[in-house]
Amino acid sequence: MEFSELIRTRQAQAELLSGPEAPALRGTLCVTGHHLLLSPKPQATDLWLLLLRSVDSIEKRVAGDSGTITLRCKDLRVLQLRIEGVEATLDVARSIEALSSLESVITSYPFFYRPKGLRLGDAWHFHPLESYYKRVALETDAWRLSEVNEDFSLCPSYPRVVIVPRAVDDAALARSARFRQGGRFPVLSYHHARSGTALLRSSQPLIGPKKLRCAEDEELLGAVLAGARPGAQGFIVDTRSAQTAKQARMTGGGTESKAAYPGWKRLHRPLERGRHLQESFVRLVEACGDLEQSMDQWLSRLDSCRWLAHVQEALSTACLAAQGMEREGACVLVHGAEGMDSTLLVTSLAQLILDPLSRTMAGFQELVEREWIQAGHPFQLRCAHSAFSHARSKHEAPTFLLFLDCVWQLGRQFPLSLEFGEGLLLALFEHAYASPFGTFLCNSEKERCLCEVRTQTHSLWSGLNQSKEQRKLRNPLYVLNPSALWPSVEPQSLRLWQGLFLRQTRPPERSEEVWEKVWQIVTDEKTEDSRPVVSAPEPQP
Amino acid sequence: MTATHLLFIDSHQKETWILHHHIASVEKLALTTSGCPLVIQCKNFRIVHFIVPKERDCHDIYNSLLQLSKQAKYEDLYAFSYNPKQNDSERLRGWQLIDLAEEYKRMGVPNSNWQLSDANREYKICETYPRELYVPRIASKPIIVGSSKFRSKGRFPVLSYYHQNKEAAICRCSQPLSGFSARCLEDEHLLQAISKANPANRYMYVVDTRPKLNAMANRAAGKGYENEDNYSNIRFQFVGIENIHVMRSSLQKLLEVNGTKGLSVNDFYSGLESSGWLRHIKAVMDAAIFLAKAIMVENASVLVHCSDGWDRTSQVCSLGSLLLDSYYRTIKGFMVLIEKDWISFGHKFSERCGHLDGDPKEVSPVFTQFLECVWHLTEQFPQAFEFNEAFLLQIHEHIHSCQFGNFLGNCQKEREELKLKEKTHSLWPFLLDDREKYSNPLYSSSSQRFAVLEPNTVSFNFKFWRSMYHQFDRTLHPRESVCNIITKMNEQNKQLEKDMKDLESKISKHKNEEIDGVLTKELLHSVRPESPTLKTSLCYKEQTVLPVNDTLRTIEGSNPVDNRYSEYAEEFSKSKPAVVSLEYGVARMTC
Repeated sequence: MEFSELIRTRQAQAELLSGPEAPALRGTLCVTGHHLLLSPKPQATDLWLLLLRSVDSIEKRVAGDSGTITLRCKDLRVLQLRIEGVEATLDVARSIEALSSLESVITSYPFFYRPKGLRLGDAWHFHPLESYYKRVALETDAWRLSEVNEDFSLCPSYPRVVIVPRAVDDAALARSARFRQGGRFPVLSYHHARSGTALLRSSQPLIGPKKLRCAEDEELLGAVLAGARPGAQGFIVDTRSAQTAKQARMTGGGTESKAAYPGWKRLHRPLERGRHLQESFVRLVEACGDLEQSMDQWLSRLDSCRWLAHVQEALSTACLAAQGMEREGACVLVHGAEGMDSTLLVTSLAQLILDPLSRTMAGFQELVEREWIQAGHPFQLRCAHSAFSHARSKHEAPTFLLFLDCVWQLGRQFPLSLEFGEGLLLALFEHAYASPFGTFLCNSEKERCLCEVRTQTHSLWSGLNQSKEQRKLRNPLYVLNPSALWPSVEPQSLRLWQGLFLRQTRPPERSEEVWEKVWQIVTDEKTEDSRPVVSAPEPQP
Repeated sequence: MTATHLLFIDSHQKETWILHHHIASVEKLALTTSGCPLVIQCKNFRIVHFIVPKERDCHDIYNSLLQLSKQAKYEDLYAFSYNPKQNDSERLRGWQLIDLAEEYKRMGVPNSNWQLSDANREYKICETYPRELYVPRIASKPIIVGSSKFRSKGRFPVLSYYHQNKEAAICRCSQPLSGFSARCLEDEHLLQAISKANPANRYMYVVDTRPKLNAMANRAAGKGYENEDNYSNIRFQFVGIENIHVMRSSLQKLLEVNGTKGLSVNDFYSGLESSGWLRHIKAVMDAAIFLAKAIMVENASVLVHCSDGWDRTSQVCSLGSLLLDSYYRTIKGFMVLIEKDWISFGHKFSERCGHLDGDPKEVSPVFTQFLECVWHLTEQFPQAFEFNEAFLLQIHEHIHSCQFGNFLGNCQKEREELKLKEKTHSLWPFLLDDREKYSNPLYSSSSQRFAVLEPNTVSFNFKFWRSMYHQFDRTLHPRESVCNIITKMNEQNKQLEKDMKDLESKISKHKNEEIDGVLTKELLHSVRPESPTLKTSLCYKEQTVLPVNDTLRTIEGSNPVDNRYSEYAEEFSKSKPAVVSLEYGVARMTC
């Protein structure tokens, strides 16, 4: 295997220094193609294992005849290894450095990972768009499933099938796609049955400096209104400021003009994206790692990194979109520039607010699969590095993490209404950045098809749904809540996600204990309830 | 308006009661088209806006509220007229619920090293101390008297908490009148007696809770702090908690920030920072941890003082004891702790809470800070406390309400003169009656892990206490209460267990009867588990497994109009006046 060239040393004696989550461990350290192993005894079975892809940055220090390696992981954990021998330390460090930054998808670990109890192809059969369309078809006949993108020629970042207005034929879709950046024409994201309105997403129209128009694109949006509840108007939520949207015309983009799209009104809600969001994330993690700072320093860093402000903006924009549908009975189209980042953030959060089914365990997984993975959020680019890496390219952005944070805030404000707990959100965060599963690989369905991800790797969903994980992932207190969840977006109501950002500095055991206790209380009742009362005789008269 | 309350009934017949004593300030704003706005700020951090259509009415309301909210005499306070339908013996039993002599016995004093002193039995030595004080057995009365003359307000060193296992003590006093060079042999003897009373460690810590600069400034006024050279075996330490005036203005700043309309996330955090509030909370907590560590790790006794020894000293001593002793983390124990370190040792509740129309410079949120520190501990140790957040909030409500006698007056002597035990009621029995409401469902009393709490005071462990400072802004809080639902489940589990036991005992009873030959064979056949009649007889069948119709869930999914993003939504429908119609009522209320 080609990895062997990169591995400079196979074994070394090392000690894993204790962190908040584990006690110290001493033994033999091995570097393999995908992992770092530490086995306490030669024949021991309980190995400590670290996926090399999850290493974000590595720092080495030698003193005397031993060295220390600090591994900062993409999931924000920090690990320290003390290795015997200066040469060994440097070799291990170089090997990790080389192996953790491999770019190739098909040699990545998911293509080699074959866990017991799972079959290849399990859970990959699940086609969220088709199954979601079945649901929509029961509610209205205004929409159809189109296979116009079957060969990914129309839009490389869309999946093979999309849901579009029934009144618009495939030829018109093709024209509309040419008028939208990256071919991302408006498609259905969510149909809100209660008000008979729809949530759509797209990329920006290619209006350009010449103010071009596209009859089919206008027709498409017209058909959306015609198919909705009678008299419905439309709102276009542009996730850029009016100024930026206008400037985009110079580079061929732009935003819908009022005259060309009768019935549609435009609202601008600027959301931070790209490099600025990544910087905000990096600064927050930096601040969270500093144990020595004073209260004033901490508060001012929390303020200046602006992460919670981004959470607030994302949540309130999603609430705005949801409110437009639920209260105003309007159709809502969301787009920014490319329509693959903040757009997805808004549409997926709006669904979580409105749709009780998306708050279940299965429903949320379907939502992530449909609105993020299939909708073409470029995970490989956005999650290549996390907050510690020095090698920054301009493509990284923690948009998906911001989404998870918003969901966490929602879960805190409505602790009974989500079927999943913090555990699932943390797991999704970890797997999005480095995972033995294939679910978050590549940037789009097209790439995943080329790499044969579906046939050659395991799906995260089948891994998560194995029974041993359930207790960590599920919310013991869940009760179906049929109404919409309107969260408070006041700064006093938003909290720092301690379970994630402070995972390195705060022992998780106490919250885990509480979680366990709640489970006990809940299941105690259930076992009591289902326990057959063996021979309770009827009281004698 | 009633004699005690301001009552507002809105168009939905929803009643809002505001106790006059809770009113911190009333403000009349400039006249608007819909009427005259009146803003009432309460001591429990509720802010109410009224719009009164007629300016004349508004002025009248304003004036009467001003008068009613500031009483000149104790006898006019609510507690003296409050009648909760208790007869005299019940009232007396209520007052006897907390017995401090009993509490000192629980700690293990008097013993061979500590004894009860009768020096202050008639309040002759110190007016602001209680009658019963515990001092080292070897400290004679002349030493005590001499020491008290050398201490500000006569507050000489006495026992606050005794740690039975370590035989170490937390003692408290006020600052010495040392000036630049004055000495007092009796005071030196008394401190030595305290350190001798600890057989494990002859060194003791003297903790001055003030910032060093303040303590030094006090020397110019003939006060100051202990000189390490004059006292044998002491280690002197400043811990730097700011004084009541700094705390008052810090809270004022915090409230100003929170009261801002359309507050942005950034303004909130920079306001939180510049108010310094959390910094002060952390300082108090750090000082308490210092105490706990000195006793647990070094086995050393600690003497704590500030200036007068009734504000910061009370905070630090009580929090330190709370960390050390799990009893104070129970509902009853917490009451005892407040009675001991706050009420009996003369924290000036009436002045600090502004019960009477007095010097506004004496008002300070010292006790509120103590409650907030406890809340932070409950957040860090969710299983270590028998009580929940509601309990802390309720206590905070009543230090200002003047509804019960406990917090009236500034010291025990004053309370006796007011005859509070005969004329007013005690709060504690009422809180105990509602025990269920204030219980923490996750409390694990037996867990040894929580014997001594070792909180982590890294800055990010301190959060803004929303439930306190925005208690009445319902839209800011989680819409569903985990605490409630777990409590209900716990209750149901208990009920089920009880049912099981009942059924089991019935079974055994029937079995006995069977032996006696009372039960016939046919009867046995009819009680097989698959028998359909059995299913209907299971008593818990009627209970719902999950209390779906919990009252608190009615708020959930509440109106988006309540939330701020709805402001944007006005752009949606500018033609339709959505919320405006409400303003044409008699008075509009937003609280």
